[in-house]
Amino acid sequence: MSLAVRVIPCLDVDAGRVVKGINFKELRDAGDPVELARTYDAEGADELTFLDISASHEGRATTLEMVSATAEQVFIPLTVGGGIRTVDDVDTMLRAGADKIAVNTAAIHRPELVAEIADRFGNQVLVLSVDARRAAGTDSGFEVTTHGGRKSAGLDAIAWAVQAAELGAGEILLNAMDADGTTSGFDLELIRAVRREVSIPVIASGGAGAVEHFPPAVEAGADAVLAATVFHFGTLRIGDVKQGLGDAGYPVR
Amino acid sequence: MAPPSVVVLDYGSGNLRSAVRAVERAGADVTLTSDLDAAMDADGLLVPGVGAYAACMQGLRAIRGERVIARRLSGGRPVLGICVGMQILFERGIEHGVETDGCGEWPGVVERLQAPIVPHMGWNTVEVPEGSRLFAGVEDERFYFVHSYGVRDWKLVTNDRTPASHQPRVIWAEHGGDRFVAAVENGPLWATQFHPEKSGDAGAQLLKNWVTSLV
Repeated sequence: MSLAVRVIPCLDVDAGRVVKGINFKELRDAGDPVELARTYDAEGADELTFLDISASHEGRATTLEMVSATAEQVFIPLTVGGGIRTVDDVDTMLRAGADKIAVNTAAIHRPELVAEIADRFGNQVLVLSVDARRAAGTDSGFEVTTHGGRKSAGLDAIAWAVQAAELGAGEILLNAMDADGTTSGFDLELIRAVRREVSIPVIASGGAGAVEHFPPAVEAGADAVLAATVFHFGTLRIGDVKQGLGDAGYPVR
Repeated sequence: MAPPSVVVLDYGSGNLRSAVRAVERAGADVTLTSDLDAAMDADGLLVPGVGAYAACMQGLRAIRGERVIARRLSGGRPVLGICVGMQILFERGIEHGVETDGCGEWPGVVERLQAPIVPHMGWNTVEVPEGSRLFAGVEDERFYFVHSYGVRDWKLVTNDRTPASHQPRVIWAEHGGDRFVAAVENGPLWATQFHPEKSGDAGAQLLKNWVTSLV
């Protein structure tokens, strides 16, 4: 036996409310993050990821309360990302009950942040989120983007993943911007390219639309798979994805 | 009957809320404190730990936590170490080439895992020996691990004259071809490399097994 492939639902949160909440009939309030977290937990989610998209300071404070409330009631690992800029931001989130922190833009602007967080809290808390897309003229053929994939960060995506792993990131959350929203499958080339170069776990994200999309992502080298839309809208249930992975011969919980 | 009391030792290490809540849910009356008298008096002492070995030992020594652990064990009083809280029970840890003395309750070294992908992160199975009290009812479940270092060699010397109650039970796990200690039950000292407080229902049952053993 070996490590199970993790299946991770991602929830977009704005001011403590879930945006695009799922509409299962057993849910009383699809916008309540705690209730959604409990539902995903009951369905077999291996971890949960909250992405805080709040624009305001007040919104973030509310998100913090939501993280606390979730950690009080859901006993699986909880990652929080979005707007984390400093070591103090990380400290605040961990104290609220988060287990891992995803950083993205702030690490691009100041790569030392990765080392600062890892040195203080250990690399196991730090997930580097990379929004990558195809780009001619880069060494690897993939570049890092910001602003939801609209702007180039001027970095080679694979080189950035390698650098972040060296600086102390514990995991790479690999968002394929070309595949994101297409529901036509994960970007397998991108997963393979990162897997070849880094020896920390890789979470594949972007493009999932059907159960049969998941096993190839694992075959390409993903240690975990993350999806938002397909779970939000109930197109797929966590159990379906695990069944598909299990049928393909991969260990699942 | 009053529920057993548990102190979760607060020595400045990471997210302790989950541990407190999970042990409460397991039926204990939980206090989070760095007060050594309270830690000595409690029916059970839980030693958590995340992050670097050296930083954890420094934090533990700053409150003389290693002494309260040793004194409790001298009196046969239960202690549960979790994650780095298990690692610091061993003789020493080596991280980034730096050796740090641990509490030395068990011989053995905590060293980097030799696997293609590190950290070992996620839900893994464990090999539970016959008669485990900690894993009763959850022998075949998966638990949540997140660590880059581990104990790859169990070195405590015991023999057939060691009292049955103190015969160590060592629970192993495997990742990427490397084998390491996933948990230990040894008299009053129990420990897990994984995070039972993050291991869903299986972890809840395991914590309940420990809390129940305190009565």
